[in-house]
Amino acid sequence: MSIELTGLSEINGPLVVLEGASGGSYDEMVRLRLPDGSFRTGRIVQIEKDRCVIQVFEGTNGLGLTDTSVTMTGRPMELALSPELPGRIFDGAGRPIDGLGPLFSEKKADINGKPLNPVGRVYPLNYIHTGISSIDCLMTLIRGQKLPIFSGPGMQHNKLAVQIVRQARLAKDDGSKFGIVFAAIGVKNDVADYFRRSFEEAGVMDRTVMFLNLSNDPIIERILTPRCALTAAEYLAFEQGMHILVIMTDVTAYCEALREFSSSKGEIPGRKGYPGYLYSDLASLYERAGIIQGVDGSVTQIPILTMPNDDITHPVPDLTGYITEGQIVLDRSLDATGIYPPVSVLPSLSRLMKDGIGEGYTRADHSAVSNQLFAAYAHVQDTRALASVIGAEDLSTVDQLYLKFGEAFEQKFIAQRFEEDRAMEETLDLGWRLLSLLPKSELDRVDNDMLEAHYCPEEAKALLEQGSDVM
Amino acid sequence: MIGNVVFSVNGPVVTVQNASDFKMLEMVYVGERRLIGEVIGITREKTTIQVYESTTGLAPGAPVLGTGAPLSATLGPGILSNIYDGIERPLPELMQMSGAMIDVGANLPSLDEEKQWQVTLCVREGETLEEGQIYAVCPETPLIEHRCMVPPGLRGKVVSAAGNGLYRVKDTVVLLEDEAGKRHELTLCQKWPIRTPRPIGKRLPITMPLITGQRVIDTLFPIAKGGTAAIPGGFGTGKTMTQHQLAKWCDADIIVYVGCGERGNEMTQVLEEFSELVDPKSGQPLTARTVLIANTSNMPVAAREASIYTGITLAEYYRDMGYHVAIMADSTSRWAEALREISGRLEEMPAEEGFPAYLPSRISQFYERAGMIRTLGGKDASISIIGAVSPQGADFSEPVTQNTKRFVRCFWALDKSLAYTRHYPAINWNDSYSEYADDLADWYAGHAGRSFLARRQELMGLLHEENKLMEIVKLIGSDVLPDDQKLIIETAKLVRTGFLQQNAYHPADTFVPLPKQLRMMEVILHLYHGARDAITGRGVQKHAVALSEILETGIFSRLTKMKYEIPNDRLELFDEYDAEVDQVLQAL
Repeated sequence: MSIELTGLSEINGPLVVLEGASGGSYDEMVRLRLPDGSFRTGRIVQIEKDRCVIQVFEGTNGLGLTDTSVTMTGRPMELALSPELPGRIFDGAGRPIDGLGPLFSEKKADINGKPLNPVGRVYPLNYIHTGISSIDCLMTLIRGQKLPIFSGPGMQHNKLAVQIVRQARLAKDDGSKFGIVFAAIGVKNDVADYFRRSFEEAGVMDRTVMFLNLSNDPIIERILTPRCALTAAEYLAFEQGMHILVIMTDVTAYCEALREFSSSKGEIPGRKGYPGYLYSDLASLYERAGIIQGVDGSVTQIPILTMPNDDITHPVPDLTGYITEGQIVLDRSLDATGIYPPVSVLPSLSRLMKDGIGEGYTRADHSAVSNQLFAAYAHVQDTRALASVIGAEDLSTVDQLYLKFGEAFEQKFIAQRFEEDRAMEETLDLGWRLLSLLPKSELDRVDNDMLEAHYCPEEAKALLEQGSDVM
Repeated sequence: MIGNVVFSVNGPVVTVQNASDFKMLEMVYVGERRLIGEVIGITREKTTIQVYESTTGLAPGAPVLGTGAPLSATLGPGILSNIYDGIERPLPELMQMSGAMIDVGANLPSLDEEKQWQVTLCVREGETLEEGQIYAVCPETPLIEHRCMVPPGLRGKVVSAAGNGLYRVKDTVVLLEDEAGKRHELTLCQKWPIRTPRPIGKRLPITMPLITGQRVIDTLFPIAKGGTAAIPGGFGTGKTMTQHQLAKWCDADIIVYVGCGERGNEMTQVLEEFSELVDPKSGQPLTARTVLIANTSNMPVAAREASIYTGITLAEYYRDMGYHVAIMADSTSRWAEALREISGRLEEMPAEEGFPAYLPSRISQFYERAGMIRTLGGKDASISIIGAVSPQGADFSEPVTQNTKRFVRCFWALDKSLAYTRHYPAINWNDSYSEYADDLADWYAGHAGRSFLARRQELMGLLHEENKLMEIVKLIGSDVLPDDQKLIIETAKLVRTGFLQQNAYHPADTFVPLPKQLRMMEVILHLYHGARDAITGRGVQKHAVALSEILETGIFSRLTKMKYEIPNDRLELFDEYDAEVDQVLQAL
């Protein structure tokens, strides 16, 4: 296995070609030794008899055709795992960088993971309380779900992610262990630092595993970072019984790394130059969320991605949306008006919430309230469009009420302070109070009993009179 | 002789050099772990194989074994209530074997070979059997009788037939001698290559609808038994939800649900939900008539491409027994992308957006396997295909949507803005169409009442009219419109929220039979006609009434909620609504 071969026949971007090698296999890891004695790692991405195409993770600068030696390891890329993982910091390829020395590994696992058998899954039902009204009420996060944040450069997705981490707790806390796996994929040093600081402040650092591939780290290593993070998460969840929340930022940087790699391999590009297998590749990450039968733990994912040019139809958010179970979309115009968190309610969605809310989970009226809020707020958008043409004065009285509702909804419901942790009851009651600004006849998504029980126009007025204390 | 060995590996594509004994589309085993693959290209120098499992660790020099047969599905009792991966490996058994994570190289029989079935023989010694003729039956589930048929292409005389009793799928129950004197053992199962359509007697014209219990489909855009429909929509518009609703409630005998490159949790949901849900007609769990094919998005891409064919082959098998089968494919875009991915690895010349040039022909071949037919055995049966399409960027002009549109006759366009307002099913009534409406006119007239089509037409007219008026309203507001036009807008709004919008989670609303759909239309139109007479002064009030007065009575929002208040079995309650409408209008 450990025969060392010297000499390469081709170097092209992150790829090198080795000829005359026998015993290599597809997807196997190799070690490259440079003349100065330093090592790099690579992976066989294509193999044709004795000709191997190798992807070098740390980049190929300084590599020469004649003086580089290659050793096959005989194994795919593996990550060392141990119950000591929480509290540690690794680089994008899973090497410790916190100065605490190597991890004493209990076992090793292939970072590509294996597909979960749908029969072996448990359908996620328990909601995670985030204390953020817009998320809890309108796009409830469920344990075992993958719910990405679609953001844009300059918006406060990181702050929102930190707030979720700090406030997240299970609705019915059964005392089981909660942990965080954080993967920084090609983000700036400041961002990684912000997360580290925030985790420390929130006192969760000793339950957090960090994988950092910063924007100045080798690009090809980015392809490994989320896989390492998810391998660690799966180990902690399915073998140590922890409830793991995985935060990956920024998936767009991951996709760009994949595109770079694909084009250097000479593959036929699909949309916007991304490889045709981007969907399958992203799915191999996102589908590693869930709960499996007979095991206590769970993996919940909150990937963060920045939409280039705020375009939700860009391949990265588009394909992500097709795989994940919903999305939280941030909106630049809300952000510009100073509303935090700037959650754009209408395009946001949680696919799993329908079974995890209502009687026995949150409250019987939850789904009615959220549907009605969606419907009413959608009408607000139409009304605003109309008002911008004919002027707000010429609107019908009902439409004027809608404008008022829209304003209040954004200021009182969507907006909340960074430290503010709203209880579910509080959020739902607030929703009813806002809906009560509208005439009863407009509330066509709720049935009459619920309307009688919760409709409260007086409280709605009182709500309007309160100053905007949340800002 | 040295066997064939792997020459190169690139993702799921493997090549073998200098092999001459492979056949096109032959199934092969690759490597020591016996990964399942299929021959997809042969030249003098090189045989190309696509592998249905992860090729990690595969090395040049590993053996490749031919099986001599194309990739086939095993057909026999035990398919229903089961869940398979894309190449018909049973997932529950896979889980017993390798745990919750799927290992590679697991070769499992598709059917439980030990289970004994209570078989009743239908033939006697000396009888002549034709292809497609039924020789034995057994109860497969409490709902479905499994009928074992003579495989296509085979006919002959029964040499011996076993007695009724318990048999396993591989036990021989009939011995058949063909004209050439060759003897064939007929068991309870047979094999069929998944890429070849099973032969039929003849095609029949479309005559009856597939009743789904969804108002916007049954009333506005019906699909026929033996028909094809596409549901395109961006993410979050409710494709999967609509497919689930159809799988639960449509009146086909057998449902084949193919989860092609979709979410794992969704398949788990289908599994759990279908085993709890009870079929309203028979009182049996829905799984008793359902087979699931799950190739989730993280399972190997080549098997995703095959999953669609596996699904349709199973559907054809049950069709040949004389059942009406509906197959839901969610989503055909993932299948098309799998084609693109493999085509890219083969370095084929791409056509539109990187998709291979043969995409349209593959799509049409798939949809052409639907139809209302007479089987070889002489029974009338059908396959209806309902394919979800996930257009990139929700843009309907992309190749998969466009090509699908050419080969389906029913198009249910899902609309993002409807989904934003949580109007489900988010089927846009302006962009959708059904070419079956005319074919089915006779059926509707005969079964749903003569007035049904007229009412439907009036409803469509109102929605169309509203669409035109909304153009004006968007510019100048609704206040300036005359009352009769405002009434159209109000009525259309009632149609949208009170009729088209349907709540899948409400027990009385999730499935609505045709008579109730008709009565709902009638009540809505009764109000419309009454109000129209009232505002023009031709009504019972003897003077013209302002529309605002009618609106103030709240009668429009009352009718919005009738869908929740009347159970499916108490249609007489609609009379009260009619009376209420009369009362309100008279009091003005």
